[in-house]
Amino acid sequence: MSSIVSIKGLTKRYASGFEALKGVDLDIEEGEVLALLGPNGAGKTTLISTICGITTATGGSITVGGHDHREAYRKARGLIGLVPQEINLEPFEQVQNTVRFSRGLFGKPRNDAYIAELLETLSLGDKATSQIRELSGGMKRRVLIAKALAHEPRVLFLDEPTAGVDVELRNGMWETVDKLRQQGVTIILTTHYIEEAEAIADRVAVISKGQILLVEEKDSLMARMGQKQLTVELTAPIEAIPDALARPGLELSADKASLIYTYDSTAERKGITALLTDLPAAGLQLRDLQTSQSSLEEIFVSLVHQGDAA
Amino acid sequence: MNFEAIRAIYTFEMARFFRTLAQSFISPVLSTSLYFVVFGTAIGSRIDSVEGVSYGAFIVPGLVMLSVMTQAISNASFGIYFPKFIGTIYELLSAPVNFIEIVIGYVGAAATKSLFIGLVILATSFLFVDITIAHPFAMLAFLVLTCLSFALMGFIIGIWAGNFEQLQLIPLLIVTPLVFLGGSFYSITMLPPIWQQISYFNPVVYLISGFRWSFFGQADVPIAVSLLAIGGFTTLCLAIIWWIFKTGWRIRD
Repeated sequence: MSSIVSIKGLTKRYASGFEALKGVDLDIEEGEVLALLGPNGAGKTTLISTICGITTATGGSITVGGHDHREAYRKARGLIGLVPQEINLEPFEQVQNTVRFSRGLFGKPRNDAYIAELLETLSLGDKATSQIRELSGGMKRRVLIAKALAHEPRVLFLDEPTAGVDVELRNGMWETVDKLRQQGVTIILTTHYIEEAEAIADRVAVISKGQILLVEEKDSLMARMGQKQLTVELTAPIEAIPDALARPGLELSADKASLIYTYDSTAERKGITALLTDLPAAGLQLRDLQTSQSSLEEIFVSLVHQGDAA
Repeated sequence: MNFEAIRAIYTFEMARFFRTLAQSFISPVLSTSLYFVVFGTAIGSRIDSVEGVSYGAFIVPGLVMLSVMTQAISNASFGIYFPKFIGTIYELLSAPVNFIEIVIGYVGAAATKSLFIGLVILATSFLFVDITIAHPFAMLAFLVLTCLSFALMGFIIGIWAGNFEQLQLIPLLIVTPLVFLGGSFYSITMLPPIWQQISYFNPVVYLISGFRWSFFGQADVPIAVSLLAIGGFTTLCLAIIWWIFKTGWRIRD
């Protein structure tokens, strides 16, 4: 896979002096779904707006499909579709007219067959001639997606597509994203819901205070998340783990009163039964058991806090 | 040049106009008819001819200009302010278009609308008074230039405005007085000398005078000066718009 969007050292300082982006480096691979995860005010929207040309970068470079976003802005922007966070639509306009307008704006000749097909894909086929004010919130969001896809872009930015949306609509949105991914559209979505990143992303980038803290395959993140810990509280403290019990992943707690066993919850043989069977043989008695799991949420929170400290 | 984008903006704006066709036409036609009834017939019958033209006919060019100027400004300012107000401007800013294409689309549509209205008012006036147009092509050229230059000015106002009050502010406080005092309903030669001198600082005087010349073959100021004035005004508006897009003033962070 090759990068379709490449961002290097991107900075953005607003006129007020606020530094929204502090040297962002990010490569987005063609065909992937990248979730840009971060708390409110982290710079997610600023990053997207700068790539799309709505805000002007203070420093750094962006290329889209190899085209510089400033010098070759027509080619760069032509490859991008943007679905904004707010529902910005003209209430009295017809659905198909507003989508047709978007297509024309991006320099593509009129193609009503394509637009009809697009609306069909987004389950808006029967709303083509409806006025936008007659639509439900979920439909309006899909109209925004239709507008963003009207000029057949290769990269789609979705800015918080499920903010303030109910569960059913959210699932519908996830299905739409999946459908688009299958068609080969590269998708970058911002979210502050971890479960959203988990559900639909290939990779996750964590952004906080204008900096990218981590970019990682979701699966490897999940594997880190898949680590579980079993804490075995003993009736009496011990000095060291008996040799008969020693095994990878087993440690003695700091107060020496518990054994901590870290294992992969997704593995077929976790080794829990063996450990518990071996306890009496090693002359130990257990008082209590508990398990804990590190969530993406914890990883995320600790990353953001590390970012704060740095 | 992104011609598809120009076409998209232009047709989208014109569609808005045709959706509200009745309002777009009825209001200017009605108000013009009222002007004719009040000034042309009721008061005008007591006024001797002005510069050899009956008063009813004399006010026709002024009335057309009055409507065209206010309509061009309001259409163009609303056309670009509305996307800013409801947020759809994001699409324009993220599209592969430059300022020339945006301006041609929005200003072109606003100028077309005001031209339609100007022609409808002219047609309406034929119902009330007898007029012959001495220089029809010059008349049309003046009309088109006025539509364009005032639509450019409206575009600037629309970008500058931060709310609906400001959108109305300049047309109300500056443009309307300038148009009324620009000789819509009188020849500035009818004014006392001091007011004549002051009137020459009003750019609208040159436009109305030139337009009236195309009807009756006579004017308050030489036609070349009128052309120069409208050319200068158009250039000034274009320069301001170029600066706006270069700096992103009021549209791009």
